Amino acid sequence: MGMNLTLKVWRQKGPQDEGRMVTYRVEDVSPDMSFLEMLDVLNEGLILEGDDPIAFDHDCREGICGMCGMVINGVAHGEQVATTTCQLHMRHFADNAVITIEPWRAAPFPVVKDLVVDRSAFDRIIQAGGFVSVPAGSAPDAHSVPVKKDDADAAFDAATCIGCGACVAACPNGSASLFTAAKITHLGLLPQGQPERDSRARAMVEQMDAEGFGGCTNTGECTAVCPKGIPLDTIARMNHDFLKASR
Amino acid sequence: MTNYTVGEPIRDTRAPEGPIEDRWEKRKFSAKLVNPANKRKLHVIVVGTGLAGGSAAATLGELGYNVTSFCYQDSPRRAHSIAAQGGINAAKNYRGDGDSIYRLFYDTVKGGDFRARESNVYRLAQVSVNIIDQAVAQGVPFAREYGGLLDTRSFGGAQVSRTFYARGQTGQQLLLGAYQALERQIAAGTVKMNTRHEMLDLIVSDGRARGVIVRDMVTGEIERHLADAVVLASGGYGNVFFLSTNAKGCNTTAIWRAHRRGAMFANPCYTQIHPTCIPVSGEYQSKLTLMSESLRNDGRVWVPVKAGDDRPASQIPEDERDYYLERIYPAFGNLVPRDIASRAAKNVCDEGRGVGPGGLGVYLDFADAIRRLGREAVEKKYGNLFEMYERITGEDPYTQPMRIYPAVHYTMGGLWVDYDLQSTIPGLFVIGEANFSDHGANRLGASALMQGLADGYFVLPTTIGDYLANGPYGEIDEQAVAEAETAVREKIERLLSVDGDRTPDSYHRELGKLMWDYCGMERTEESLRKALERIPELREEFWRNVKVSGTAEELNQVLERAGRVADFFDLAELMCLDALHRTESCGGHFRAESQDADGEALRDDENFAYVAAWEYGEQGPVLHREELDYEYVKMSQRSYK
Repeated sequence: MGMNLTLKVWRQKGPQDEGRMVTYRVEDVSPDMSFLEMLDVLNEGLILEGDDPIAFDHDCREGICGMCGMVINGVAHGEQVATTTCQLHMRHFADNAVITIEPWRAAPFPVVKDLVVDRSAFDRIIQAGGFVSVPAGSAPDAHSVPVKKDDADAAFDAATCIGCGACVAACPNGSASLFTAAKITHLGLLPQGQPERDSRARAMVEQMDAEGFGGCTNTGECTAVCPKGIPLDTIARMNHDFLKASR
Repeated sequence: MTNYTVGEPIRDTRAPEGPIEDRWEKRKFSAKLVNPANKRKLHVIVVGTGLAGGSAAATLGELGYNVTSFCYQDSPRRAHSIAAQGGINAAKNYRGDGDSIYRLFYDTVKGGDFRARESNVYRLAQVSVNIIDQAVAQGVPFAREYGGLLDTRSFGGAQVSRTFYARGQTGQQLLLGAYQALERQIAAGTVKMNTRHEMLDLIVSDGRARGVIVRDMVTGEIERHLADAVVLASGGYGNVFFLSTNAKGCNTTAIWRAHRRGAMFANPCYTQIHPTCIPVSGEYQSKLTLMSESLRNDGRVWVPVKAGDDRPASQIPEDERDYYLERIYPAFGNLVPRDIASRAAKNVCDEGRGVGPGGLGVYLDFADAIRRLGREAVEKKYGNLFEMYERITGEDPYTQPMRIYPAVHYTMGGLWVDYDLQSTIPGLFVIGEANFSDHGANRLGASALMQGLADGYFVLPTTIGDYLANGPYGEIDEQAVAEAETAVREKIERLLSVDGDRTPDSYHRELGKLMWDYCGMERTEESLRKALERIPELREEFWRNVKVSGTAEELNQVLERAGRVADFFDLAELMCLDALHRTESCGGHFRAESQDADGEALRDDENFAYVAAWEYGEQGPVLHREELDYEYVKMSQRSYK
């Protein structure tokens, strides 16, 4: 009563390996399985056959840690809107479907193995300025600075970015603009983020470029695949802050 | 293994005497300081980058120590603190509704069913107010009111509104705050970050913790890292049950290895089971997802009156439904505390009245709420939760009742620490969920985030200074390092060489099921003895028949899992032994033999008002009791009827 599927999966032993698509059959897949559980079942079989199971990143499996991510049938995290790979369920696929599964593809995200990529470039962008400098214990009372509710809500919307990298994978230019802009927007909207607003925008954008991410040409693919729906206008805000800081 | 010996009692010697409200101030003053110029010569290792480990590493870096941090994920931002939904408690009393440090202290001691240490809990309540200040200053976008001030809500039985929140993603926002502070220190060069590294052993030299053996999970290289002190912030061990709300990677290896090296393990049997999770849908299930408890404010819990009734919910008439919480607990109804709601669900399912796959679920029905308030109002309140439920189950909770079931969520037990958060191994500090310190036998909602950040931002950075100021502690014994490294290599080789016919996950699943059935929501002497008989048999089979593919010198996720499962086996045994020895019911530990006439948990303060700290022994565990004194909060029995 389960579904039978054909998977075409990117296999790559390591960064130096060329890599190739390999075809697998999975049978009797329950529609209630998550996409990753379907891969778990395939992997359990591969292990017992003595084959190398497919390596993929995942952790919380509830759509918030940002660790999982695959390009499924050409779409980062698959075709379900606002959904991480771990929250995608098999009921959205047809019986006998052929599904292609590939890693994020972008030069600044080198493949580590199979579907696992190195996203440490994102950490370095945050290191460049994605913070407020406030050593523990030095903070004033939380109510000393009121924040307009609208600003707090808009800051929150940008702050929900999970750092998965789907935006980069979807962008034809391999741009990390949505990721970088989300942080610049989050902190730039709050009074606490003002003292470092200029230096933050400049340093983060420069780091983004230094990592080799492409430029933004407003295609909007990033926001279309973003599991948290980070809006495209954050990028306008980033550009505004960057230009202002560079003058 | 049902035998253990009783050793010397153990006591915390670090909390100062005197009025409870002065103790932390006194301890801070008596703690020795380290000269700023000396700090960068002192090396501290921090394992784990959740709220506790991330905030600790960042703060130690800010203070000028030379810090090395490890996490198994690809970035420190992914630690499982990120999944906490509800909020964080703090005794700010911004509402003027009668909250105070003393009240938060009181609620936490009582909520912990009188099994936590008063001095520690009081300090937690004191520090809670600083956490909110710190987080706001970092730019954590907490919910606000139209006047621009912080919004709060009430949570889990508290009569005051002291829970600060950021929609349903408070853990994420607080963790990103700590992560950003950490990244700032990495850029400043005070913290060296090692992602995709897993701690596999602790180096103890001359009786002191002096480093760790880790595996680079990309290359497979085994590395030794030496230091003046080691901090474990590696989280809880709920994944011993295989299915839990923890992230897939959460494991016990770091604290279990430390336990094997001499750190005592306190109250391993205290497990928190959350009543509102999405039920298991099949054999392939890999984890469970929690849904906010707030759903019980408007949802009505029921099962069919008749066992085995498999009609769809819509076809079961009103008089054939049993709204069992409303029936048994008329005063609290659907809002009874977590442990009571969980156990009641288990009982009706045991009677064969459960719903959904395998009969392991109960209905949470919003039909009345929708009739009363209108669909729009319900959508406004719970829209995102309904959406999450629909995403996972494919069912529409607006037109058919949700199915829920309890799931393992948090572990109150952990490595024993004193008031300084130092374990029984000098130089080994343990913070966050990995220690046992503040929640007693049951943690209150919105208190996990509070404890993690209290430990990391405020407590540890002070107390560890006192230890480091007494150093340096001399040369590290090369033999101790080599021995730890060899032990790690041998375990890996052994796992790879078995070449049997079952995967690590299949053993983990079986162990988890066994723990859930025999050491889960309800424990009996019989069930625990059965578990203690079965665990060693299964472990023996594991070591004889596990199949680990691939090699040690590559990214090998099967090998990672196998190593963790091996440690879960040993921990599971200690959990069951602890549960067997504690013949009372308290908090998250319900012994069926210890209940009152109404079926409620019955504590035995006469015999069990102590922390059970277990020492590892080749001849079996040794129990050290830390007696608990209650000077401020009078011990009493909880009642929710």
